[in-house]
Amino acid sequence: MRSAGVAGPTRAIGEGPLRLAVPGGALFEGTLDALDRIGFDTARVRAESRALMFDLGELVLVTMRPSDVPTYVEAGAADLGVTGKDVLMEQRDRVVYELLDLGYGACRMVLAGRVGDERLGESERRLGAMRIATKYPRVAERYFEDTGRQAEVIEVKGSVELAPAAGLADGIVDLVATGRTLSDNDLEVREEIARCTARLVANRVVHKLRAAEVDSLVERLREATR
Amino acid sequence: MTHPIPPGTRDILPDEMRELRRLRAALIEAFEAAGYGEVATPTIEYHDVLARGDVRGAPAAYRFFDERGELLAMRPDMTIPIARLVAGRFAATEPPFRFCYVGNAYRAIRPQRGQMREFMQAGVELVGAPAPEGTVEVVEVLGAALDAAGLTRAVIGLGDADLYRQLLSELGVAEERRQAILDRLAAHDLVGLELEVSELGLADSDEQTLLRLPELRGGPEVLERARQLGGQAVDRAIARLAATYEAVVARGAAGRVRLDLGLLRDLGYYTGAILEVYDPALGHVLGGGGRYDQLMRRFGRPLPAAGFALHLERVHIAQAEEERLARETRP
Repeated sequence: MRSAGVAGPTRAIGEGPLRLAVPGGALFEGTLDALDRIGFDTARVRAESRALMFDLGELVLVTMRPSDVPTYVEAGAADLGVTGKDVLMEQRDRVVYELLDLGYGACRMVLAGRVGDERLGESERRLGAMRIATKYPRVAERYFEDTGRQAEVIEVKGSVELAPAAGLADGIVDLVATGRTLSDNDLEVREEIARCTARLVANRVVHKLRAAEVDSLVERLREATR
Repeated sequence: MTHPIPPGTRDILPDEMRELRRLRAALIEAFEAAGYGEVATPTIEYHDVLARGDVRGAPAAYRFFDERGELLAMRPDMTIPIARLVAGRFAATEPPFRFCYVGNAYRAIRPQRGQMREFMQAGVELVGAPAPEGTVEVVEVLGAALDAAGLTRAVIGLGDADLYRQLLSELGVAEERRQAILDRLAAHDLVGLELEVSELGLADSDEQTLLRLPELRGGPEVLERARQLGGQAVDRAIARLAATYEAVVARGAAGRVRLDLGLLRDLGYYTGAILEVYDPALGHVLGGGGRYDQLMRRFGRPLPAAGFALHLERVHIAQAEEERLARETRP
């Protein structure tokens, strides 16, 4: 068995249009808007919700979950990709070039606790570690390590806001855009860990072998998202 | 009934083994033809010996104790064991030394990264030949090895390990700020690089030089573009790379070579020219190398040195992909 990252892509680098991994979800509209601004027509991509690949001539779009983008780009199955800084922070051992801050999709990675509740501090003081629920276990572990604190990081797959209310954890590490979900669940921001936006990433070999095309796309996107 | 093997290791069965054996033989033949004799060293070494080679102490090594309580480690590459071998076994012999190898190396990396923890390397070490002639010879042998593997489209990226550090110093960036900036570049984080550089409070033109220079990669025209960016500071920082490239061109070995002013390698012992190998059929780097003129000194034999290592399994995958592509284009 050969693990996925070592196996080759199914097509050659340097032939045909560049292939761009486009994230579904919160960054989808912003990414298509940016592509519209540099002269691509993405109407078909917006209209067809079931197709996954779109040939736009100079560029082929492949839509996927944001957290899969680094996997495809690292392996060369996509030449370039757009994903959130939060995803790149969580998958920091994926070797991809981070080329451009696209500016949209701005949000914050935060540590949050229940409003007026002292359990975060109390657990740390009396029990030696905070219990933290998160979808970003590696970001959370690294943050507490860097700030010299101990935490028991509990990975959950959905609805992190539920964890403190249900008693699974003292607090959460999560991505916050408006803060609405936090306040709806009686949570408040205690510490800001990082500011996250959409990023353009590139495969390491593509960045070297198709330098002119990659640089040209980066420059056009840089102008369009400034 | 199946029994597990450790993560990052694998069994190799006859069909693949046959092809790997052919590839191995073709590479060794190319190395021998260039005057490089094959050597083998133990897969385990004393940890102190490996740590002497890489000042950061081979961070991803597998370590364990032997029956006498000595700390041992699996070799993370072949360069340090061969440096040890040259210093110990050829102490009374006149340089230069030319050795080649094919062997397993071990790194305790995260298995989910898709890289094996046990992997095969094939490469050469040229000890006692200074830059730029020694570097040019290594580039030539690397080109011959890629030909022998049938990877006629493969490209050799050529950079300089000290180029960016020197540029930072030429532009007066404080010592303590330099490492953070180099770390961003080594991590391929150009957004983070821009952030770090913007906080230095440099003049706009110097800031642009620091941001645009590592993006320059391609043919000889990038040297001219680099000079247009930053005048004498850039001129001094790229002088050695320019000299290496001129020597490569003079020997007629520049066909596969692309200059890369943003190239950095993550091993601690590189000092001058550095190399990386790419093939259009594969999204992963096939191998790399460069100069390590300070390494032999740490083993008590101060000699300039250079070499490269190819990931044998990745070269094999690239071969298979190239063959498949050739079949598809002319059925």
